[in-house]
Amino acid sequence: MPRSSRPLPELVDLAIEGHRRSVGQLLTLAERGGSDADALTRAVEPLARGAHVVGVTGAPGAGKSTMVARLVAAWVETGHRPAVVAVDPSSPLSGGAILGDRVRMAAIDDVAFVRSVATRGHAGGLALSIPASVRVLDAAGYDPIIIETVGVGQVEVDITSAADTALVVVTPGMGDAVQANKAGLLEVADGFAVNKADQPGAAHVRRDLELMLDLSHLTGQEADGRRPPITMVDSLVGEGISELIVALAEHAAHLDATGERRTRRSRRIGFELRNRLELAASSRVASQLGQTGAPLIDAVLAGETSIVDAQNELRNELFSR
Amino acid sequence: MDTHEPAPPIRIVLAKLGLDGHDRGIKVVARILRDAGMEVVYLGLRQTTDSIIAAVEQEDADAVGLSMHNAGHLTLGPAMLDALRDAEMDVPLVIGGIIPDADVQQLKDAGVAVVLGPGASSEDVVAAVRGAVEA
Repeated sequence: MPRSSRPLPELVDLAIEGHRRSVGQLLTLAERGGSDADALTRAVEPLARGAHVVGVTGAPGAGKSTMVARLVAAWVETGHRPAVVAVDPSSPLSGGAILGDRVRMAAIDDVAFVRSVATRGHAGGLALSIPASVRVLDAAGYDPIIIETVGVGQVEVDITSAADTALVVVTPGMGDAVQANKAGLLEVADGFAVNKADQPGAAHVRRDLELMLDLSHLTGQEADGRRPPITMVDSLVGEGISELIVALAEHAAHLDATGERRTRRSRRIGFELRNRLELAASSRVASQLGQTGAPLIDAVLAGETSIVDAQNELRNELFSR
Repeated sequence: MDTHEPAPPIRIVLAKLGLDGHDRGIKVVARILRDAGMEVVYLGLRQTTDSIIAAVEQEDADAVGLSMHNAGHLTLGPAMLDALRDAEMDVPLVIGGIIPDADVQQLKDAGVAVVLGPGASSEDVVAAVRGAVEA
């Protein structure tokens, strides 16, 4: 599998000059994780240009990819260079994945960059590789950078909340729109898109969302006093896309006007630091358990030791190193 | 505090060139490869050599798999190879579908890594892609 590849500094130089193949190869390093990804992160951190990061999330089948393709085309038309990181789940059984978001983006020309990413199963891995990939795309001059995920798990919701702008996509017929609230998506949303707005029930979805937003306003839960806008969209024919572009641009302007962008960026860094430390810690815990855990487990099983004491003993061993 | 990373999965772009609409086979192959632990960038129908090259470039794919059921393999197979060569992509091409035995050698001589005819098993498909990538 290892193909001949240029050394890292050369790849980085080529990437920032617009060489797309090099960007692709750097993204592979970012996804690989470990010390390769860390060397890459060090190399691209000083090259940050401050691209606007948009998280797009919603249930499977909501039409996110089709909508993102429309948004990207609109941004290209206005002179932007968008990039998309489209995340699809890996099979928990085989570790493989079918990455099918690219199918929806067939019309995108050579200006945009689309990368399909699999979750690859291991906890926290995605939460590290996405920020690394965003840094690569930012350094290479892509703006905006769209991260598209299925917003059902905590990791995906966290990724969305770690973007500058979080867009939640809902559709008619998805059952009670309050389901979006239960997944925590309502709290992270900076804007809503009701896709498939041509379908029956679209007006009801809008009304349900408005009611929930009224409640958030009353209880003071609104993020920085701003009510997320709701845009009706039909991605198949492209209706509502220009309105959505405007709504996203307005949020970007709001972030700059209030200084909230800096708050979000610092939250993103905190989130990434936490994930890095958690990943390293969990690896050490696993290693410790492997070395000294077996007799303790036997003792707990035999009723000779409390699991609480077993934990304390392992914790002492971990911290004494 | 380096975390040991296992070898990443093979990433393969699967596509059908031109107007060939018989996509049952490619969908089955996508499942087979996913179940073997690979990441399949599924492009599906109506692709061009340009769109496939763009996908290989952006997805940093390890291989390209083309599905052919329209007797266009002697034209489109070499066309894909030329496109890969022009783009300086040292990425193996695997072709599967309705390929007469008589045409297999011609395709391999042109540079196709593996040809999978009708009757190829799931194991054959997985072995073909793995073999082509690891060669």
